[in-house]
Amino acid sequence: MPFNLKEMPKKPKRFVSGGRTCAGCAIPVLARTILGATDKPIVACTATGCMEVTSSIYPFSSWNIPWIHSAFENAAATISGVEAAYKALKRKGKVTKDIKFIAFGGDGGTYDIGIQALSGAMERGHDMLYVCYDNNAYMNTGNQGSSATPYGAATTTTPAGKVKQGKEQWRKDLVKIIAAHNIPYAAQAAVHNLADLYKKAEKALSIEGPAFITVLAPCTTLWKYPPEMTMQYSKLAVETKFWPLFEIENGKLKVNYKPSKEVPVEEFLKGQGRFRHLFKPENKGMLEHIQKTINENWERLLREEGL
Amino acid sequence: MMVTKKMYPMTGAQAIAEAMRQINPDVVAAYPITPQTPIIENFAKFVADGRVDTEYIRVESEHSAMSATVGAAAAGGRAMTATASAGLALMWEIVYVAASMRLPIIMPIANRALSGPINIHCDHSDTMGTRDSGWIQIYSETAQEAYENMFLALKLAENKNVQLPAMVCLDGFITSHGVENVEIYDDKTMKDFAGEYKPIDPLLDVDNPITYGPLQLQDYYFETKRQQVDAMKNAKKVFLEAGKELSKITGNDYGYFEKYMMDDAEAVIVVMNSTAGNVKSVVDEMRKDGKKVGLLKLRLFRPFPYEEVAEALHKIPVVGVFDRAESFGACPPLYGEIRNALFDSEKKPKMQSFVFGLGGRDIFSHQIENVFETLLEGETSGETKYIGCRGC
Repeated sequence: MPFNLKEMPKKPKRFVSGGRTCAGCAIPVLARTILGATDKPIVACTATGCMEVTSSIYPFSSWNIPWIHSAFENAAATISGVEAAYKALKRKGKVTKDIKFIAFGGDGGTYDIGIQALSGAMERGHDMLYVCYDNNAYMNTGNQGSSATPYGAATTTTPAGKVKQGKEQWRKDLVKIIAAHNIPYAAQAAVHNLADLYKKAEKALSIEGPAFITVLAPCTTLWKYPPEMTMQYSKLAVETKFWPLFEIENGKLKVNYKPSKEVPVEEFLKGQGRFRHLFKPENKGMLEHIQKTINENWERLLREEGL
Repeated sequence: MMVTKKMYPMTGAQAIAEAMRQINPDVVAAYPITPQTPIIENFAKFVADGRVDTEYIRVESEHSAMSATVGAAAAGGRAMTATASAGLALMWEIVYVAASMRLPIIMPIANRALSGPINIHCDHSDTMGTRDSGWIQIYSETAQEAYENMFLALKLAENKNVQLPAMVCLDGFITSHGVENVEIYDDKTMKDFAGEYKPIDPLLDVDNPITYGPLQLQDYYFETKRQQVDAMKNAKKVFLEAGKELSKITGNDYGYFEKYMMDDAEAVIVVMNSTAGNVKSVVDEMRKDGKKVGLLKLRLFRPFPYEEVAEALHKIPVVGVFDRAESFGACPPLYGEIRNALFDSEKKPKMQSFVFGLGGRDIFSHQIENVFETLLEGETSGETKYIGCRGC
């Protein structure tokens, strides 16, 4: 079914309101969009992190579907166990419905501590979707740097100081790493573009086998911008090509959105507290480096699309 | 009930795999580690030959083995894994999660020393490390016992008043790789004993959604832990009930411990797993010379049968406790429990702690005999003695 924003509220409420996310958090929006992308029943798993702590404070739960949290680094392994039990019980006729399986993890739980379990699950070929909500650092615990933290961003473990100016490395390219497992579907999405996110989730949930989507989830609290600006920053990340929207389906890469005009990366970086130091005159070279790298990455993406 | 059994020469690992084949779990998620490897190799062959209906998950680590097993059990499947040593250490975090979620997972352990230095041979430092994790722990002297303990553990773990995961421990290499004659009971009998698994609150019941593993802080965590305490108390009672049920098939006794020549014993050794066999043979020899020595072989370490151990040991003049694990800066774990068990007894034995066999160091009959001789002479001290260790 094609995405229809007006129809979305009429879908069964799988992730209910009343959770404890910060005002302006991207997580409930992306969770509802993804969980609404199939009419089949879903069993979900969430890694320790913002989504988990804000949605499952006992005795309350935002999850109106079967849901499990086990630990930080093992969402992919946990859901693969659930999916294996499903296969076994379905074979024995003890489960009759067609059920889909989704694991959610933040960038810390996915790019860093959970990458081994994720790689294992992808290689084994479980019928599952892994969703990484990428807010660029360990936001649940107050903005510690991860391998998803962008170059130059100040976090509490990569602070901007007198001799260091935030994170010194570029982000890991996780979608390509996961795609290299030769899985049927891997994609990068952003929370402001719900139609694109929905379409990707729908595709990921319709194919058989492992699928992976990482979704940019701007963080009002620790990117340090006003809460009403989340969608705006998500959009700017895409327009500046900081966060291209693309998918790799059966090995074929497609760029889903090509900005019609050049928007300099400063437009995305400015107004975010984590990048404030980049705008000091002495850090001009860092801004130039970011722009240059983004341009090169975009060109490479277009070349890969043409292959 | 028509029970038949057949004897086969097999290793402990094969015997465990046979039990797993007969139980036919829905999911086995496992990662190979010496000396557990032949358990899962044998089981993987059963899967490959279609002799079980199990989904076998070839995970990329023990952390994922336990995580996937937790997922499978929460989903509503009968789920198992197996490991040893560093594998159990890597699982550690999720071992606790499994117990807190009250998932009746069965996990055979081929006991092996923990690093470092790296060592692949037997001691009990791996499972002793997880003694406070909320898992039931059953120890096995022989391959035969390991086979039977798998069924005992299953019945106990899945009991509605227990709902706790259980480890079935056997000595790495000594039992896991040693070949014995093992009596395997017929498939129908053992499958009937295992019965059909009826999960409580499975994730796959999508019409009745349940939340597993929520955040519990100062306001609820404590009560969840307290419920685990009660479940363990129930487990102690249910252990004997499950044993009686299994005994109807095997005719064997499944008490908390086995008492060997203890009635008139003046000196008793307490030990777990394969070394009990060595002690028995020494007891037999010394009894021929009129020496009143005996053995208490503990089967159930968690929950610990304090009252029963006290009752069995309080009139024994001298007791030596053999630990195959060390607790650095404290008394060794089994000794600590035995001593604790006897604290309230009016009459209590003199006691001596021994540590032996770390990293697979052999223990010989003459060493056990020497221990008995010193115990018979009433020689005890507050210091642990180390058997067969250079410079001790």
